[in-house]
Amino acid sequence: MPKRKDIKKIMIIGSGPIIISQACEFDYSGTQACKALREEGYKVVLVNSNPATIMTDPQFADATYIEPVTPEVVEKIIARERPDALLPTLGGQTGLNVAVEVAKRGVLKKYKVEMIGADRRTIEKAEDRDLFKKAMQKIGLDLPRSINIKSMTEAKKALNVLGLPVVIRPSFTLGGTGGGVAYNTQEFEDLVARGLEYSMIHEVLLEESVVGWKEFELEVMRDRKDNVVIICSIENFDPMGVHTGDSITVAPAQTLTDAEYQNMRDAAIRSIREIGVDTGGCNVQFAINPKDGRMVMIEINPRVSRSSALASKATGFPIAKIAAKLAVGYTLDEIPNDITRETPACFEPAIDYCVIKIPRFTFEKFPGAEQGLGTSMKSVGEAMAIGRTFKEALQKGLRSLETKRNGLDSLTASMEFDSPQHQREFIVKKLRQPNENRIYCIGDALRAGMSVPEIHELTGIDHWFLENIREIIEHEGTLKKSAGKPGALAERLPAGLMEESKKMGFSDRQLAVFFGCPEEDVRQLRRSQGLKTTYKLVDTCAAEFDAYTPYYYSTYESEDESRPDTKQKVMILGGGPNRIGQGIEFDYCCVHASFALKEAGFETIMVNCNPETVSTDYDTSDKLYFEPMTKEDVLNIVEKEKPWGVIVQLGGQTPLNLTLSLKKAGVNIIGTTPESIDIAEDREKFKALLDRLKLRQPPNGTARTFEEAKSAAARIGYPVLVRPSYVLGGRAMEIVYDEDTLERFIKEASLVAGEHPVLIDKFLEDAIEVDVDMIADGESFVVGGILEHIEEAGIHSGDSAMVLPPYSLSAEIINKIRSATVAMARELKVVGLMNVQYAVRDNKLYVLEVNPRASRTVPFVSKAIGVPLAKLAARVMAGAKLKDLGFTQERVPGYSSVKESVFPFNRFPGVDIMLGPEMKSTGEVMGIDDDLGRAYMKSQLAAGQNLPLKGTVFVSVRDKDKRGIVFVVKRLIDLGFDVVATEGTASVLRKNGIKAVVLPKVWEARPNILDYVKDGKIGLIINTPSGRIPRADEVKIRSSAIMHGIPCITTVSGAQASVNAIEVLLKKDLDVEPLQAYHKRLKTP
Amino acid sequence: MKKAILMLEDGFTLEGRSFGAEGEALGEVVFNTSMTGYQEILTDPSYKGQIVAMTYPLIGNYGVNSKDAESARPWADGFIIKEKSRIFSNWRAEMSLEEYLNKNHIVAAEGFDTRALTRRIRSSGAMRGILSTRETDPDILKQKVMASPAMAGRDLVREVTCGQAYEWRVGAKRKEFSVVAVDYGIKYNSLRLLDLAGCKVKVVPATTSAGEILAFKPDGVFLSNGPGDPAALDYAITEIRKLIGLVPLFGICLGHQLLGLALGGKTYKLKFGHHGGNHPVMDLETRKVEITAQNHGFCVDMGSIKDKNVIMTHKNLYDKTAEGLRHKKVPLFCVQYHPEAGPGPHDAGYLFGRFMDMMRTFKKKPLLKIRKVKGPKSQRTRISRAA
Ligand SMILES: Nc1ncnc2c1ncn2[C@@H]1O[C@H](COP(=O)(O)OP(=O)(O)O)[C@@H](O)[C@H]1O
Ligand SMILES: Nc1ncnc2c1ncn2[C@@H]1O[C@H](COP(=O)(O)OP(=O)(O)O)[C@@H](O)[C@H]1O
Ligand SMILES: [Mg+2]
Ligand SMILES: [Mg+2]
Repeated sequence: MPKRKDIKKIMIIGSGPIIISQACEFDYSGTQACKALREEGYKVVLVNSNPATIMTDPQFADATYIEPVTPEVVEKIIARERPDALLPTLGGQTGLNVAVEVAKRGVLKKYKVEMIGADRRTIEKAEDRDLFKKAMQKIGLDLPRSINIKSMTEAKKALNVLGLPVVIRPSFTLGGTGGGVAYNTQEFEDLVARGLEYSMIHEVLLEESVVGWKEFELEVMRDRKDNVVIICSIENFDPMGVHTGDSITVAPAQTLTDAEYQNMRDAAIRSIREIGVDTGGCNVQFAINPKDGRMVMIEINPRVSRSSALASKATGFPIAKIAAKLAVGYTLDEIPNDITRETPACFEPAIDYCVIKIPRFTFEKFPGAEQGLGTSMKSVGEAMAIGRTFKEALQKGLRSLETKRNGLDSLTASMEFDSPQHQREFIVKKLRQPNENRIYCIGDALRAGMSVPEIHELTGIDHWFLENIREIIEHEGTLKKSAGKPGALAERLPAGLMEESKKMGFSDRQLAVFFGCPEEDVRQLRRSQGLKTTYKLVDTCAAEFDAYTPYYYSTYESEDESRPDTKQKVMILGGGPNRIGQGIEFDYCCVHASFALKEAGFETIMVNCNPETVSTDYDTSDKLYFEPMTKEDVLNIVEKEKPWGVIVQLGGQTPLNLTLSLKKAGVNIIGTTPESIDIAEDREKFKALLDRLKLRQPPNGTARTFEEAKSAAARIGYPVLVRPSYVLGGRAMEIVYDEDTLERFIKEASLVAGEHPVLIDKFLEDAIEVDVDMIADGESFVVGGILEHIEEAGIHSGDSAMVLPPYSLSAEIINKIRSATVAMARELKVVGLMNVQYAVRDNKLYVLEVNPRASRTVPFVSKAIGVPLAKLAARVMAGAKLKDLGFTQERVPGYSSVKESVFPFNRFPGVDIMLGPEMKSTGEVMGIDDDLGRAYMKSQLAAGQNLPLKGTVFVSVRDKDKRGIVFVVKRLIDLGFDVVATEGTASVLRKNGIKAVVLPKVWEARPNILDYVKDGKIGLIINTPSGRIPRADEVKIRSSAIMHGIPCITTVSGAQASVNAIEVLLKKDLDVEPLQAYHKRLKTP
Repeated sequence: MKKAILMLEDGFTLEGRSFGAEGEALGEVVFNTSMTGYQEILTDPSYKGQIVAMTYPLIGNYGVNSKDAESARPWADGFIIKEKSRIFSNWRAEMSLEEYLNKNHIVAAEGFDTRALTRRIRSSGAMRGILSTRETDPDILKQKVMASPAMAGRDLVREVTCGQAYEWRVGAKRKEFSVVAVDYGIKYNSLRLLDLAGCKVKVVPATTSAGEILAFKPDGVFLSNGPGDPAALDYAITEIRKLIGLVPLFGICLGHQLLGLALGGKTYKLKFGHHGGNHPVMDLETRKVEITAQNHGFCVDMGSIKDKNVIMTHKNLYDKTAEGLRHKKVPLFCVQYHPEAGPGPHDAGYLFGRFMDMMRTFKKKPLLKIRKVKGPKSQRTRISRAA
């Protein structure tokens, strides 16, 4: 069937900010869909509040609404744009939920909008546990038994039927959180109580536990003619009980016979037919009992997902792009397979390699959080690796994670134990309870002599996976033995052993550790032995057909398929797995660079290992190397492709850290020179530079020992900010008020940074922080944007809200900022992007930090000022001049753009949401409006902070903030809010003539604030932390607010901005406007 | 572990390690792109005369079990993979692949760059080859390969067909039809599915005459898959031609090719054949696509069939080759691919139902008129069927 002619304009809903369980994979899918639909001549209307996405670049849609992804806003956009159709399946769970909600409200009917891809009935059938169960039973599929309960009494009755362990799934919680598996009655009661509390409808589903069963996923596609294909099967390494998002997963499935696989395939096809997914991609999850093969259905996601992005990258089959085409009426047989060109998309990819995805966690950022893994997802990113064997892929995957491991390294080797017995106990504990380090513990268990069956008993992980790990460890033993022999490296590590090791995925670094030599020696030896890395294609068809798309992975085999040519090539190094501090923003910059350089006639080569991203779409660059971002792997590609230049400044700190070693290897790093990068990153050199320019820095010092630190701090004066050098995202950074804390901290910090020293800065209290992004070509230096933070310095720039242009800074300061920025860029001979963070206090300007690279704010600024900074930067690095590119003057928009951060606290119940110099946010949103208050309001709505327009506000602030809050509360009262407060805050308010009801402290009496929160009596909480170590009751208040979805503001500045926003919103409802319209209004100053 | 060498007739050589029986295997080297189902592939008699290379690199993971066998023994002459699993992990597994291959004297080797091999075959076409764990001298290997028989013109059916007729009796259900299945190298799954669909099945050797087949008074005749060049099977083609119009016919793979030949058509050799479980095939009547199991090196040239009543019913969407045909007036249809799966997707299983429908219709209303089936002039036959 050809494409539909009756629809012309299609609306796509994006997934909003990056949060745990919804990351850049939806930018990848959404971007593909936008491209695919426009290619077909449709007009695309897009809503997504996330400015760091490629899809929200103005050229990807006809009208791009960077507005909150809420039913109200979507309705407004529909009213304004009058699309013919709504495609709800590309924006993750958010997209689905919002689409269903607007359908329910009758909006679609009113404006005659058709839902395509999946309709409301289908979505509800898949999402509503009850309907889903009935549908699956109807077609004879087995499910875990389950019972809905609404009270503890009912729960206990149900427990008699289901038995322990049992899975607790609260219905309708924020982000699907709050569930878990209970192994004993105590846990059961706790989880049920918590679940009932968090559930918005006070309902919990108890489900038969199939913990320990094998978990599988199938990615399915269906078209209008009911053709159905399976794109990829995925087997979870971690058995049921660990969320697939947190599991190591492997594609294709490894341990199913054909009969079992086909049975699962049949079930998947039957189920999506029953659910009624008309067109598009769909994810189906199964569990299989390893003892007898009983198969149960776990869930269906009637939309593209994290797994579909993974499947696309794992197979080369672009699920989202095809889904978009199917939604407008094409059938699978009508769409060509881009990779083979001659064959259609109606087939099932055959793969001839093994793919592994490994999640990346950031528990260290959330002290106090439960470290275990369970049924609710906690990882913030992932790396994917491809190898010809599981062993090779696993080791590549582990070194892709960038967690300082070179492969399947030991976890416990560097830890101290009283006895081997203790070590063993530790390992056993870590094996039994799933956790982020379990994979390393399996290695250690094998090293300690435990057997595969023993480990299987403790972990439930399939024997086949464990056996493969055993073979890695066995080989490690061989290597170590050989390393222990006398003789030169070449004798101890002969060609045969080297080849076998590389085939098992051992990195040069691992070998260097075993053989006690520098990594470089292993590399040299390898080359002298003539062992070359070979590159193979990901081609969807296991080489059955010619492939045109150069999508490569490395391995050690007999044939190399890469086709290096002699074009002028630029290689772009990506950012690796997402983590807090380095996320989609950097991928955005890499993608832009690739687009821009391609346009300018270069051949572009992308290197990255993050399967969620647009950068690893084979469509983005001329060539894609899906490889770990390590020196070894990058140099191998450089040797093969011999690029003219390599870009390291766009992928975040990961590629930047490779700068010096690449430079040493003779690589042409284009843009700002490695020497300049080093000056900016090296404290001493940077200080000298600032001195030359007569720029001010907070007083500071460097220390390698506690003694040094102590005297430095004494000289500078407390409070001081302490941190290890060379880290990103403010990791292990702390404000220290006294010597004792300093001592404790030094210990931790040196652990994190290894050989690097600890940096000590004067902490500037109550300073305004400013971020500046600028671009330079060696001749012109142009400020991209000056962003004033809403929260004061001390709250990580990645976590604070920011406003562009600045709203309170004087013209004088702004000018100072401009000239300081230009002066530094000139001095550093910046070619490309540079980011500076300043603090302003008492009209003085302090330089906090210079990053000679793309920063997190580049996409935001680009969207705010309507100039693609990353694209320009790439061009400049490749030799173009800004004046030829037409960007020589700063653009200051007449409207306000607000960037707000989004936090994952709801995934970590009980963890304090207090902000500080260590970054904790996973994503960001943007609010744009002519009026700052409204722009701020939009940013809050987009971030899920539902600021109330009436009701009761709870205020409790530390002494320091008491004066500052009075004015805020006064305005709230004027706006008609009721105020309740704790005693201290209330008395200050009273003194200022404000009446506030006093609530008892949490431990004093009930009902207290916690009860108010539970009962939904509070609409807003203003609670600033009492000190560096907050009191337990404060933490409880804040975290319970999060779990109940009540906005909680922890700074006075944040409270002020929020009250402004409430006030303007009370005056007039928000309106929506596309980015393209804002950009039209831009004028240069 | 012992070294193993693979050499193709064009001299392309790869080295690996032996893990099955030791010795030398000669045959046409083909690659199979299925990611699961190595046991079914090994035991598929159609692989007689071939050395099979699996493109999926990790093989043996789930071992071998007695339920998944497609015949009584493995038939492939040699087996080539990237990496053999050292253990097997599956609740139904009974032994390791290695043990199984050794027990059945199949030469097998691992450690090959099977992707390089696949690319070679793809670009140069299917070739004879030798897999040896003994001989290493390239000249001798080359000689041996060149001395081995070519696939074209080869009758391998005689080597795999059953010695005598037997009844396939598994299901207990009441049987609606009685079917004769001609064993050119039949797979158990065809028999299982016929049985499941309600057929009492008599399996007969490939050399059984039309008269002998009709003597069983079957409601339909099933023409199975099998190895080798269909054009070399004169005896089968002649007998099939006699059956046309007298009894509903359903052919699969070699059975399809033989029917094509019996209808006067020609077959030709594909460059490197279709072996895998992911080929899209369109049913030209419903325009729906099914994902199919494929295993064939020859193909029916539809243009060579002059009878206008014979129409192409299925088309391979990869290379547009014919995947199925039927006669508009006479009850017969056949497909080039494998609706019986084992291994592979079940999408085409409905064809067994279609065969049942055909038998049902024919039972009610057999052909009354004498029909002429076109073929080469000398072979043109008049066939009839009494009311
Ligand atoms: N009945 C169960 N027993 C044990 N573990 C389960 C059960 N149901 C789900 N899980 C685990 O919880 C995870 C999340 O469940 P799922 O239904 O897929 O929810 P989500 O929508 O978060 O993906 C699964 O990946 C699986 O590991
Ligand atoms: N001297 C200081 N006084 C007050 N706040 C500071 C100071 N130095 C850094 N900060 C705060 O800490 C945050 C993180 O510090 P920064 O140097 O930018 O580290 P990162 O490399 O993680 O971005 C800044 O965004 C700022 O809010
Ligand atoms: Mg799930
Ligand atoms: Mg910073």
